[in-house]
Amino acid sequence: MSELTHLTISEARAKLRGKEITAAEITEAYLAAIERANPVLNAYVAVTAEKARDMANASDARLATGEGGALEGIPLGIKDLFATQGIHTQACSHVLDGFKPHYESTVTTNLWADGAVMLGKLNMDEFAMGSSNETSYYGPVINPWRRSRLDTVVMPTTHQGDGGFVSAGGTKTARTLDNAQLVPGGSSGGSASSVAAFLCAGATATDTGGSIRQPAALTGTVGIKPTYGRCSRWGIVAFASSLDQAGPIARDVRDAAILLKSMASVDPKDTTSVDRPVPDYEAAIGKPIKGMKVGIPKEYRVDGMPEDIEALWQKGIAWLKDAGAEIVDISLPHTKYALPAYYIVAPAEASSNLARYDGVRYGLRVPGKDIVEMYEKTRAAGFGREVKRRIMIGTYVLSAGYYDAYYLQAQKVRTLIKRDFENVFAAGVDVILTPATPSAAFGIADEDMASDPVKMYLNDIFTVTVNMAGLPGISVPAGLDGKGLPLGLQLIGRPFDEETLFQTAHVIEQAAGRFQPEKWW
Amino acid sequence: MSVDLQTVKRVAHLARIAVSEEDAERMTGELNAILGFVEQLNEVDVSGVEPMTSVTPMEMKKRQDAVTDGNKAADIVANAPATEENFFLVPKVVE
Repeated sequence: MSELTHLTISEARAKLRGKEITAAEITEAYLAAIERANPVLNAYVAVTAEKARDMANASDARLATGEGGALEGIPLGIKDLFATQGIHTQACSHVLDGFKPHYESTVTTNLWADGAVMLGKLNMDEFAMGSSNETSYYGPVINPWRRSRLDTVVMPTTHQGDGGFVSAGGTKTARTLDNAQLVPGGSSGGSASSVAAFLCAGATATDTGGSIRQPAALTGTVGIKPTYGRCSRWGIVAFASSLDQAGPIARDVRDAAILLKSMASVDPKDTTSVDRPVPDYEAAIGKPIKGMKVGIPKEYRVDGMPEDIEALWQKGIAWLKDAGAEIVDISLPHTKYALPAYYIVAPAEASSNLARYDGVRYGLRVPGKDIVEMYEKTRAAGFGREVKRRIMIGTYVLSAGYYDAYYLQAQKVRTLIKRDFENVFAAGVDVILTPATPSAAFGIADEDMASDPVKMYLNDIFTVTVNMAGLPGISVPAGLDGKGLPLGLQLIGRPFDEETLFQTAHVIEQAAGRFQPEKWW
Repeated sequence: MSVDLQTVKRVAHLARIAVSEEDAERMTGELNAILGFVEQLNEVDVSGVEPMTSVTPMEMKKRQDAVTDGNKAADIVANAPATEENFFLVPKVVE
């Protein structure tokens, strides 16, 4: 029954508690939807049907006695970056071939403790390095959204004999879907695609430079990267440890709030997990934003930005103003340096984190005549092109003689980027509104991006500043472009003020409405 | 700054990634495109600016120096490509 898969988490939660539906029914509905859609969309790399059924039955037993948790019986998809005990955990890399951890990540432990049901592991860019989900060892994920053409159809004037009807002619418009397959964004492309295509009620994701917010924007879903330290990184395959954060992708703002409440925790196993209680994010939704100060940074108006994006931003400003917010122009002068600084800091940390994939302790091993040749052959065969590129950049910028010129300079620039935000918040700004991405979803195997890695990196131009400063950011769908593709707006908040993001994003959602793709798969 | 073919091969060896001549040539172009892009950081005046060490101001968490985990040798080697009696097996290191 497809209606079950179209329920939001809050709707399903009410129906499960009210015993109108069972966890087993909703889980079966999702498993059936995955079976039909996954050969086309490639959003899941592993489906855990038996485990899902067992978890759903256990949820139904708890719901029957009224002791269900906050997510009792809600079927979720898990990004392949999260360690799940005994289940496929390979960061969608060949180098982790066959890896099944003997432990569970803190984030997923929290979700299961609240009663959520695991449907399977979601596709992603290899080691979360990418903005299109095309670097996965398991092949690209397809976006359920397609471009469409608005055709004007002229209605002929017809006279149908005596007593027949007379059509007056005129025109009507009809949307025709284009066949070109588009990327869902990345690196959490499987998470975004599966949420948008109703293949899970919500998904976990991670964001190092925009990997939650950019795919959310490209698929018409809501994605939040919380403040650095809010979700434990324990059991999440590390990419760039000072930037990585987990967060949810969901169908609406309320669902994102429900999921983040469950994912976030204080964890002694992660020394960067912040010792602060997790608030009830859902309670922030629906609170008025009257008098709130919303900053509009002039540096986010970039050359060559499509008119649709600029128009969307203006619409967002108008909606918040109508809701009583005060709009102020602000400046974040080091914005343009965030992406270049990121492409030093993130590869440097990655080159160190990925040193552990050496063919000794887990995953792939390619034999060699001695241990060095074994390392080199294993890593050559196990890592994809983009991952190798970043390891190489990281190794180079950290190598003797270049450390000060690159890494130290980038970390100083990072201090300045963070200071820009601190100054604006100190001046009384509560939240910052920007576009989420510089474009809508693009085609699979886009030639421009394939020929120049920097072009692909520019996808994160509006999101990467937030990781560099450790701040929370949310992407919320705000409209469609001229080709019928979804576009998102981003809200950036003070450290640990996710509540203001949910509160403000909900105002945008109420004004913009919700968007779902026309089903073709 | 830019890298030449020799530097790329040296860095690949430091990173323990085998590269063919063809790979190294392609990588040289790609790495130079990225290094060209990050060059603009040199425009920024960073005099007197401290490099970032922690994005969230926090004190390092400490705990009692006590054993809280362990006795899991079989779990730890479970995913290894080659093991013997809870040891990782590798090609001969010392001649």
